[in-house]
Formats: sequence, structure tokens, C-alpha cells
Amino acid sequence: MSTTSVDLPSHGGHGDGHGAHGLDNPHHQHHFTTMEQQFDTAKLGMWLFLATEILLFGGLFVGFGLMQQRYPREFVEAHTHLVRWQGSLNTIILLISSFTMVMGVQAAKTNKQARSALYLVLTILCACAFLVVKYFEYAHKFEEGWLPGKFYHATGDSIPGSHGYATFFAFYFMMTGLHGIHILAGIGLLSWILMRTRKGEFSHTYYTPVDLVGLYWHIVDLIWIYLFPLYYLIQ
Amino acid sequence: MSTHTEITHSHDGEAGVAHGSAIYVKTLLALLFLTGITIGASYIDLGSGNVVVALIIATIKASLVVLFFMHLRWDKPVYGIVAMAGFLFLGIFLMFDLMDQETRNYYLPQNLHRTEVPLTPGTAPAAMTEILPDTSATGAAAAPAPAAGEKAPEGDKK
Repeated sequence: MSTTSVDLPSHGGHGDGHGAHGLDNPHHQHHFTTMEQQFDTAKLGMWLFLATEILLFGGLFVGFGLMQQRYPREFVEAHTHLVRWQGSLNTIILLISSFTMVMGVQAAKTNKQARSALYLVLTILCACAFLVVKYFEYAHKFEEGWLPGKFYHATGDSIPGSHGYATFFAFYFMMTGLHGIHILAGIGLLSWILMRTRKGEFSHTYYTPVDLVGLYWHIVDLIWIYLFPLYYLIQ
Repeated sequence: MSTHTEITHSHDGEAGVAHGSAIYVKTLLALLFLTGITIGASYIDLGSGNVVVALIIATIKASLVVLFFMHLRWDKPVYGIVAMAGFLFLGIFLMFDLMDQETRNYYLPQNLHRTEVPLTPGTAPAAMTEILPDTSATGAAAAPAPAAGEKAPEGDKK
């Protein structure tokens, strides 16, 4: 399996840049025939993971919908405890971070590693800003006693003693918390990618980790796109 | 050699840089615009239509993210198929869940002798009627129609 295998998958394409995608790439793992196959394999695996993420959050969304039907008035009342501008601000922050992420991937693909690093830093800053807003949001809920399940101890509900409020905040903390954990994981992944970019490990021939972390970051944004209207915009 | 280079050259190559950045800016602006629309729409009282409008706008936004930011528009179809499979199975899950939710009150023992379902589907189960006064009121209003006999609920279903 040496240099001859390079020419085995000859698709009759143009010769230029062949070596860049061939076996001489230091990132090429021996069990893949071509760099292209290696990239596609990794990307397909990432998409499969993203599909499981859709199912993970989807289950919570379905549960939330069912409980909303069971406690309609309590849920509408509990929705008013969420601060609309905080949710809106976080939506804008995440959308911008998705944009800086895709620009970072684009820069990595086109060999502009310094610019890619800059966009990755901006993305991390957006993620941190999101968590800061989230901190103030959670702190307010803790102060008022709007907590999940048996920890709920707020007063002044219009249906005293109903379990609907505690159920609402159980879903609220579960879903936004799980999403927040994804943001934290994203910050870790982005920092890892940033360090590797700084070391100059990526180029237009090998940027798989940047691309895949980008996909992950966009799915986190996509989940928030559904969380935001369902939690913050219902009156 | 073939497709990856094609992607790299046709979409992400030198021509793709300017094109790509511009389309990402446009996508971002569209997303921010739709966010404004969905916030604005939430101030208009449409009843249960508010959730529908919010979900439609959210789905448009999600499609923009998936198609442009996540490159599905240009990528190989297999990634889109995998992503759609996720949503497909979520849909199956949701469908069975709603079937249960809409029909479970038919088969509660205390409801089997009534010709109409005493609760609107999706509200509290019959055991909760003592706690929630207004649902028991609707139950009392819907209950008097005892003509069709015991098998009526199942007959309604078939």
C-alpha cells in the first residue's frame, strides 16, 4: 500500500493538486483510500451524531408540548416569568456566532488561517456572552424560587398548589440547561480548534475538525432557534 | 479526487470566497430579520395561532441555517438524508405520542360508559377533574347524552 495505491482511484480528473489530496498528506490515515473519503467519512459520522442530537432535544420538546396541554394556564403564566429581551439578546448573539463560525470555516478552507483564528475567537466570545446572559437569567429564577420540581417555592401563583409551574420550570431548566452544556462543550471544542489553527495544522487540504466543529456549533444554534420562541415569546 | 476537489473548487475556490462570504452575510441578515418578525408577531394575539406562527418562522430560520451555514445546499445529498432521517423519526415519535394523547381519555374506566368524551383531548386526565374545576364543568356539560349504550365509545372509534 504505497505510492501505487494513490493512482488506483483515478477518476480521470485533472492532475493538478492531486498530491495535495493524496497519500503524502500528513493527516491522511492509512485505512482511507483518499483524503476525500476520509473527509466524507468523518462528516457522515458527524451528521449521524447531529441526527441523534435532534432526537435528544426533540424528545424534550415533545414532552414539553404534552405538559403544556395538561397545564395550559399554568404554563402560560410561567412563560411570563421569562424575560423576553434576555431571550432575544441571546438569540441575536447565537445567530452572530453562527455567522462568525461559518466565516471561520470558510477562511480555514481557503488557507487564511490567521483570519480563521480571529473568527474562532469571535465565536468563543459570543458563546461566553450567551452564558453571561444565561447566568443573569438563572440567578433571577433562583431568587424568585422558580425552580424545577420539588424545589419550586415561588409565591403568588394564580393556581396555588398546582404542579404545573414546577413542571414548566423542570422543562425550562432541563432544556436550556442541556443547551447550555452544549454551549460549554462548544467553547471547549472551539478552543481546541483555535489552538490547532494557531499551530498551523489546518490548510485547504485538511480542515476536517474545523468543518465538523462548525456543524456542531450550527446545530446548537438551530436548537436555540426553536427554544427561543417556545419559551420566551408565548404569552 | 473527484467530488471533494469539485466542492473545493466550484463552491469554495477562489470564486467561491466572495460569493460565499456574501451569501453568509445575507443569511445572517435574513435570520436577524426573521427574529425581529417572530418577536413582533408574538405581540399580536392570535390565540393558538401564535405558536403556529412562531414554529413556522423558527422552521424557516432552521432551514436557512441548515442549507447555508451547514452547507447542505451544496453538499452531497447523503448528509441531508441523514439529517432528514433525524426529523423523520422525531415526527414518528410525535405522531404516536399525539395518538396516545388524543385518545387516552376514551379508555379510562370512568369514561367508558359515556357517549362523549368528557374532557377535551389533551387536557388533564379524568383523575384530575377534582383538582381542576373548569374541566369537570365541561365534563358535566358534555356528559348527558346516554342514549347509545355502553359500546358507543368503541363504536365511535371504528
